[in-house]
Amino acid sequence: MSTLLEVTDLSVAYDTPNGPVTAVDHVNLAVAPGEFLGIVGESGCGKSTLLFAIAQLLRAPARTTGGSVVFRGQDMVTMSARALAPTRWRNLSVVMQSAMNALNPVARLSAQFADTMQAHGVRDKAAIRERSEQVLELVGIDRAHLASYPHQLSGGMRQRAMIAMALLFTPELVIMDEPTSALDVVAQRSLMLQIKELQQQLGFAVLFVTHDMSLVSHFSDRLMVMYAGEVVEFGSTRQVFDHPAHPYSQGLLDAFPSIRGERKALVGIPGTPPSLSALPPGCRFEPRCPVSFAECATTRPPLYDVDGVLSRCLLHDPAYSSHATTPTTSREGDDVDRT
Amino acid sequence: MRFILRRLGFFVVTLWVALTVNFFVPRLMPGNPAEAMMARYKGRVNPEALKALEVAFGLDTQKPLLVQYVEYLGNTLTGHFGISLTFFPTQVGKVVLQALPWTLGLVGLTTVIAFVVGTLIGTIGGWRRNGIVDSILPPVFVITSALPYFWVGLILILVFSLGTNGALPNDGGYDPILDAGWNGAFIVDVLKHAVLPSVSILLISIGGWILTMRNNVVTTLAEDYITMARAKGIPDRKIMIHYAARNAVLPNLSGFAMSLGFVVSGSILVEYTFNYPGVGYMLLSAVNNQDYPLMQALFVLITVTVLVAVLISDFLTAWLDPRVRTAS
Repeated sequence: MSTLLEVTDLSVAYDTPNGPVTAVDHVNLAVAPGEFLGIVGESGCGKSTLLFAIAQLLRAPARTTGGSVVFRGQDMVTMSARALAPTRWRNLSVVMQSAMNALNPVARLSAQFADTMQAHGVRDKAAIRERSEQVLELVGIDRAHLASYPHQLSGGMRQRAMIAMALLFTPELVIMDEPTSALDVVAQRSLMLQIKELQQQLGFAVLFVTHDMSLVSHFSDRLMVMYAGEVVEFGSTRQVFDHPAHPYSQGLLDAFPSIRGERKALVGIPGTPPSLSALPPGCRFEPRCPVSFAECATTRPPLYDVDGVLSRCLLHDPAYSSHATTPTTSREGDDVDRT
Repeated sequence: MRFILRRLGFFVVTLWVALTVNFFVPRLMPGNPAEAMMARYKGRVNPEALKALEVAFGLDTQKPLLVQYVEYLGNTLTGHFGISLTFFPTQVGKVVLQALPWTLGLVGLTTVIAFVVGTLIGTIGGWRRNGIVDSILPPVFVITSALPYFWVGLILILVFSLGTNGALPNDGGYDPILDAGWNGAFIVDVLKHAVLPSVSILLISIGGWILTMRNNVVTTLAEDYITMARAKGIPDRKIMIHYAARNAVLPNLSGFAMSLGFVVSGSILVEYTFNYPGVGYMLLSAVNNQDYPLMQALFVLITVTVLVAVLISDFLTAWLDPRVRTAS
């Protein structure tokens, strides 16, 4: 498997008056061309920060404190802003959480498409216009809306327009930061279907961040679960979804209803994620974990390989396997491939 | 189109209300300003002037109030404000027209320069927060903006006029021994006379623009569309101007229009300090001499310019901010 993007030991810290706080802690991941990788986790677990660090869009007080982001053979962490500019958008584009704020409110769509293309050396007005109309139609928006301002579009259309903009150069990788979270469930689903369809049609890879595990699980090839700045589980979507190997993933799955399985009470995860400036000494999930045992509070678990899935839980350590009382409930009744 | 018509309609209604207030306020005051003036000038005012005064004030007591009101409106709209007492027997309109260019030139130009330069410095300061520009200019100009006009004027006179043995003039708008007109010597002289007054206005008014613009830019930089623009690989300079400044300047436009509206009333203190022959100086002498026709004309003029400035600001905002156009 060739890799398009390889993130190694990437760490990001926010500088605060009380010293740096690590929001992304030694994250490793690789994305193959055309792959759809989902990243899920609660708010504040560092998933958006991770995306911004990969795209080199961090702003003070956040900064990359270590690791590398190798994209198309170049380490973006060490590249200068000038050296990065040609790669941006041509090879790697970003779709942000709220299209409401991510489009310049005082410029028409046509102008925002045009200055993107001009920034990458496309000067021919007719070519710019033609390409802008093409990508708009790709996402199902009438070309007449090129003359519209962002506020004249509905939330769903704005989000589509953003995706259209992200596809101007048909990049190899599109980074998406919760692009659907501002939409209602019906619009969410149709947008997801469209993203998947475009991805299959154009062949770009997607790095998709969301807090909605059920949404992404129908579309992603692999799933990465983050908690308190760390990867806690990473594997193929089907495996993670059917047999979550980490109690946190299990908790996320139990927090939304299954459509076809047996009726059962929904279980939330008690408590809130720990403050990143005062992390528990052992496993970061230990204070909220329903299956924790004494060693969890003192020992920091590494990532264990469980049948191809990485899981950061001491239960998978042979030394503590006696604690594994199989509290996990299987969700095999659910279908993952509803697409 | 509907937007323009609505704003114009609003302008006309406001103007009418302002003129009406200007008409009724003098007659709500006890006594009669025209008679008060007669008493003060002890007959030095000829009956013709008194008549003009009465017409201007609508004090023709024989006529019914409504007729006076209509006459007043007609006179005001055609620019007949009567005869000035300070500059007797010149028509008020003429007197005002003499002073207006000086104020428009000095205060008007300086206000525009202050806004443009302040916005520019503010943009750079906000863009490179805690950079060199940001750590020096905003604090300095915020301090100068708190100083009184006349004090700054006096210091400037002391240092750059008296201290340089009169290299820069400190009195009046031009040297009376020169030929007034479009010749090089006169224009240079007018510019020289304008340096110190305009510098003192700049020193005081620029700080506000710098500070507000800087803060607007800092807030705007946190917006997603700035991050987006960076992700798109758009050059920094273009992001600063087309994305950050373009959005950050919007809240400042109405403030700018308001300050344009007050250009005509002049910077009374500055014009007084430098004996500058502008509207502010004239308003001051009109008040000192109880020159009611001149005062009334100046008040109408100030009202109209404020209204026009607000109108311009509305159009400007609509032009720069598409959201305003459709919201109304």
